[in-house]
Amino acid sequence: MRIFIQQLIFGIQLGSLYALIALGYTMVYGVLSLINFAHGDVYMVGAYIGFYACTYWLPFQRISADPHAAVMNIVLAVVVLLLSMLMCGALGVVIERFAYRPLRNGLGITDAHFWGFALSLPVAFHFHLFHKVSDGAGRFLFGIMWFLLIGVIVGYALRPVIRWISLRTVLSPSRLNALITAIGVSLLLENGGWLVFGPNPEFIGTMVPEKNFKILGGVIINSSQLAILVISLILMLILRHIVLHTRTGKAMRAISHDIEAAKMMGINTDKVISVTFAIGGALAGAGGMMVGVLTHVQITPLFGLLPGIKAFVAAVIGGPGNIPGAVLGGIIMGVAEAFVGGSSFSTYRDAIAFTILIIILLVRPAGLLGRNVAEKV
Amino acid sequence: MLQLENLEVYYGSIRALNGINIRVELGEIVTMIGANGAGKSTMIRAISGLIRPRSGKVFFENEDITTVPPHQLVEMGICQSPEGRRIFANMTVRENLELGGYVHHRNKRQIREDYDRVLSLFPRIKDRLNQSAGTLSGGEQQMLAIGRALMSRPRLLMLDEPSLGLAPIMVRQIFDILQDINQQGVTILLVEQNAWQALRIAQRGYVLETGSVVMENDTQSLLADEGVKNAYLGE
Repeated sequence: MRIFIQQLIFGIQLGSLYALIALGYTMVYGVLSLINFAHGDVYMVGAYIGFYACTYWLPFQRISADPHAAVMNIVLAVVVLLLSMLMCGALGVVIERFAYRPLRNGLGITDAHFWGFALSLPVAFHFHLFHKVSDGAGRFLFGIMWFLLIGVIVGYALRPVIRWISLRTVLSPSRLNALITAIGVSLLLENGGWLVFGPNPEFIGTMVPEKNFKILGGVIINSSQLAILVISLILMLILRHIVLHTRTGKAMRAISHDIEAAKMMGINTDKVISVTFAIGGALAGAGGMMVGVLTHVQITPLFGLLPGIKAFVAAVIGGPGNIPGAVLGGIIMGVAEAFVGGSSFSTYRDAIAFTILIIILLVRPAGLLGRNVAEKV
Repeated sequence: MLQLENLEVYYGSIRALNGINIRVELGEIVTMIGANGAGKSTMIRAISGLIRPRSGKVFFENEDITTVPPHQLVEMGICQSPEGRRIFANMTVRENLELGGYVHHRNKRQIREDYDRVLSLFPRIKDRLNQSAGTLSGGEQQMLAIGRALMSRPRLLMLDEPSLGLAPIMVRQIFDILQDINQQGVTILLVEQNAWQALRIAQRGYVLETGSVVMENDTQSLLADEGVKNAYLGE
């Protein structure tokens, strides 16, 4: 019984992380009917932001040396969490703006400049222009200058190309195009990750003090586990409030029901879609940061792949587009994985996700909480 | 108030509108009648910016709005109640109405006024405010769709087949309400297959056939016209 509850707690903790990622999948699916395969990689970026912030950007102290450092570090960790959410939210918006929006609305001049800077990135990295900040601030600024210069030049050079393409673009409502693009963005982020973050696995040491609490009958709950649960819960409650009670949230629900009718009501759908990606990205960023900082797993550029797929499965079994469904699906996945992982069949830990998926799709094709509402004519 | 000049719309290589010219004056009810597939809905979609015409122009109060995106048109005062109602079925009736007033969110008083006005026009939906909109009857859904469009305080209200799938008595009721709305100062462009009801309340009418306007006149003359009688009034 003790082990059972112990695994259950671990499962819920794991599940709440899956749920955070799954929310991003399900919200984007809700508004665009698009499976944003790059979402797991946003989670990876969140973990890396956690790593860089903890190791380089913010003045974390060793907690063993100074008891006052503990409090300070907790405050800093909250800053890291917010930073990670902010940057991943921004990444989500950028992905939507430059990868998915042109598929809906066609290319514009801004796209030329974006791709200008995007193409100048590998050049900048090839010359180590701003890879090694430790080489000195002067070198860093020099790198930034080269990056901007090349970016602007390439951007202007691309303008006629983009114009040429945009005049010949035939927009098709095909979902397949968006899906392939999503896979492309995912590959770009993963391989961009090798380039920017390097291939070596990174590891974040203990930044915040950890403590084990004994609760009923010898079950141990770790302060980090508790933090993950509490933070996830808070984020989900905030999300619930946004979706149910704010103007933007209502617009999101309207879009997910009927995007054209939403346009007819005066909703700027592109803006609301951006906000949706920002929220999804921020949640994934929070998840990635918490995994990196609080559970000390190794971070690699491919580290978002498996959690991303599992979170996607969680979103599907909950009912794609259904927000409570994503949370439920995440928890189910986490708990199932914890129980299988803790049993003598632990090698099947990852396979259980897909087994559950197959069973649930056979029984309830619309997902656990998904509904097929018949329309009155 | 609204003017279409040589509006041509294509779906891929298929021409849906053949360069049509229509105008709607301030305070009028103008109806566009025509059979299924004549291009009526296409015209509404082109006016409201949901599809881009290949050529031709749309003017609203002498301003070229051909390429204005849909959400800005709502701010400018054009709103539509779409074909098939397309209410947000999984949201409550109240939320549907709130979304109708989406562009005026800063003006709480105006929203309140419009809300009260809509509920007084459609007392039937007043009792169902907290109900999910999908549970309403067809007629009530149509009322909600019109009420939702009114929440944006349009100066031009476009209605696409408000009689679709409704019992005759309900159609009559809704068209009477449209007349009331018009008397409150809203110009109406009404697209209908139910020509009899549409011509009953409109001042002028156009007849659309396979993407072209084939007739244009005041409703008295259209009602008296032999061709219209045979094709659309079933006499």
